[in-house]
Amino acid sequence: MSQMLEIRWHGRAGQGVVTAGESLGEAAMHKGLYFQAFPEYGAERMGAPIKAYTRLSDDTIEIHAPILEPDLVVVVNPNLIGIVDLTEGIKPEGTLIVNTQQTPAEIRQRLGFSGGTVWTVDATGIAMAELKRDIPSTLLLGVVVRAAEGLVDLEAVVGATRESLGGKLRPEVVEANVRALQRAHSECVQG
Amino acid sequence: MTTKHEAPRLDLPWDQVAPGGVVTAVGNSETYVTGTWRTMRPVRDEVQCTQCLTCWIMCPDAAITVVDGKVGPYDYVHCKGCGVCAERCPVNIRQPHSFTGQMGKVIHMVPESDFENVNE
Amino acid sequence: MVASKYMPLDGANAVSQAMRQINPDVVAAYPITPQTAVVQNFSQYVADGIVNTEFIPVESEHAAMSACIGASAAGARVMTATAANGLALMWEMLYIASGMRLPIVLTVVNRALSSPLNIHCDHSDGMGARDSGWLQFYAESGQEAYDNTIKSLKIAEHKDLLLPVMSCQDGFITGHGVERVGILPDEAVREFVGSYDPEHYLLDTDHPVTMGAWDFTDYYFEHKRQQSEAINNSMPVILEVCEEYERLSERPQPILDCYGMDDAELAVIVLSSTAGTARSVARRLRAQGAKVGVLKPRLYRPFPAQQIVDCIKNCKAVAVLDRAISFGAPQGMGPLYTDVTSALFVAGISGLPIVNYIYGLGGRDTTPPMIESAFADLRVIADSGDRGDLVRYLGLRA
Repeated sequence: MSQMLEIRWHGRAGQGVVTAGESLGEAAMHKGLYFQAFPEYGAERMGAPIKAYTRLSDDTIEIHAPILEPDLVVVVNPNLIGIVDLTEGIKPEGTLIVNTQQTPAEIRQRLGFSGGTVWTVDATGIAMAELKRDIPSTLLLGVVVRAAEGLVDLEAVVGATRESLGGKLRPEVVEANVRALQRAHSECVQG
Repeated sequence: MTTKHEAPRLDLPWDQVAPGGVVTAVGNSETYVTGTWRTMRPVRDEVQCTQCLTCWIMCPDAAITVVDGKVGPYDYVHCKGCGVCAERCPVNIRQPHSFTGQMGKVIHMVPESDFENVNE
Repeated sequence: MVASKYMPLDGANAVSQAMRQINPDVVAAYPITPQTAVVQNFSQYVADGIVNTEFIPVESEHAAMSACIGASAAGARVMTATAANGLALMWEMLYIASGMRLPIVLTVVNRALSSPLNIHCDHSDGMGARDSGWLQFYAESGQEAYDNTIKSLKIAEHKDLLLPVMSCQDGFITGHGVERVGILPDEAVREFVGSYDPEHYLLDTDHPVTMGAWDFTDYYFEHKRQQSEAINNSMPVILEVCEEYERLSERPQPILDCYGMDDAELAVIVLSSTAGTARSVARRLRAQGAKVGVLKPRLYRPFPAQQIVDCIKNCKAVAVLDRAISFGAPQGMGPLYTDVTSALFVAGISGLPIVNYIYGLGGRDTTPPMIESAFADLRVIADSGDRGDLVRYLGLRA
């Protein structure tokens, strides 16, 4: 049986959640992996809670359905806690990554999540410092890379981010994104 | 009328008809006799006609011939008797029409039953 | 064989990549979700001068297909794309394209037909057009959508066929889902499809022809019988092109994708993306010892009837999954089910318990547990010999 990592993203429309999932998939692809990245299409409008999914695998991905039991859940927007069931279906040994100033222990308590691993990082703080805007999605990839060790490395994610943002943004903005990503990678804490 | 075109064959079995109904023998609509559809025949008063050629322009079946810049014989093999030529003739005649003896336009529509030969 | 380059592409973009490589003479299209990205990306290629295509922005899908028909009759290589109500609006022109034997390739990004208004995936649009004289491929993934597009063009333009082809994929699920897609080198695609050299075309002024002429009671019947024969006889050409493309791409191109069918007791037949979900479930069940299989027709028109019968005739119970309802058919069964059961009947097989599941209408998610429940039902049917309900539903609130 092939190895597959299933990730569910929670954020708000306009925060770059879908793009982050695609960038991760692209980085994985450059490492020779297969991937799928797709959002859940609701009535989308700026600020609405959204879900997106990323699958990474070392073999062709056949399943075409939403991820029901994710290995990894990324919470891009901390104010979704209490609004959306963020731990729904997460595997007992699964990983939770949350953009927050709180500690993993505090998050565990708030979400009632005792299993697996919790990573936290103040992605919004880093984004505001480096990008002057609250667009924390891509830099959370830096944490995903640490949490899913060995699957995709930081270098590949940086490369994919440069590629996906390079066409749309000025070079200094792209580099600020890369810097933010690297900071998130080193500043996140596990608990 | 002389024709160099072959009439389409109406006896071909299904596996021999042209795919997609493409007609490769161009101009063969000439072989399709439509003059028999006619119940009213246009008749032109040749003397009072001013040769404006409006009827020639308007005829939807190219059944009005022009010879040396003037209206020639009507092609009654193809004329369906639609009456567009008579309707659009712009000239009011001053004398009674040479064929019908009525006033009106240069071209009059006459019942086909008044004629013996449908093609002449 | 040539190596593919891998790109992160959504299914719609995979098709526009294929169109870029094919570089058709004319594309006339009108945008509709979830097809929009196909045409949007392609029109960008036109604007950037990457392709030489004459792009005709039109005011409706009816006009889009009309322009395609005119361009194709004039002698051009023509492609377009649509979905759902756009395909419905093309309806009249679909029959004209196929009746005139114009090899147009149409990408359909499958979407539900309103009403109620819905933009998500089901197969109501494509299934509604299944009798329109177009060949139909259904793709499981963005990769298959790319591959099918290229094969479709070569099949359509084959001199013995001259049949328009609809290349379908699931709206949003693969249409908007980004995956790793292998793209052949541009040159390889161009060489594969070759040039389009029609025997008769309107701009051939040295050999003038009439097209779309009046066909009276004395001729229409013969032309339709001939058109039907062309589709009935198209299978060898389709297989030949699929094999040629398989050799080129080194990706399997079966018209019927079989998993576990050699010894399957329980089988699911399903089109498009859900076939992948079903196969992933079947793999897991087989690992636990269950003799299950999944059959995915990649080609739906012409319907590979005998091949499907050969695959399932030794099964103990079969489920056909339909992402559309054939309204008014017995008990509201789906179109794939009516085709499979008629194929069994024609083959003289009457004892095989076969049930129908309607699933995924209007984009309703079809998850592994739903497929598992279908296999569990089949187990019960096979063991008890009681077929039970003919038409069932997956993922419907009860």
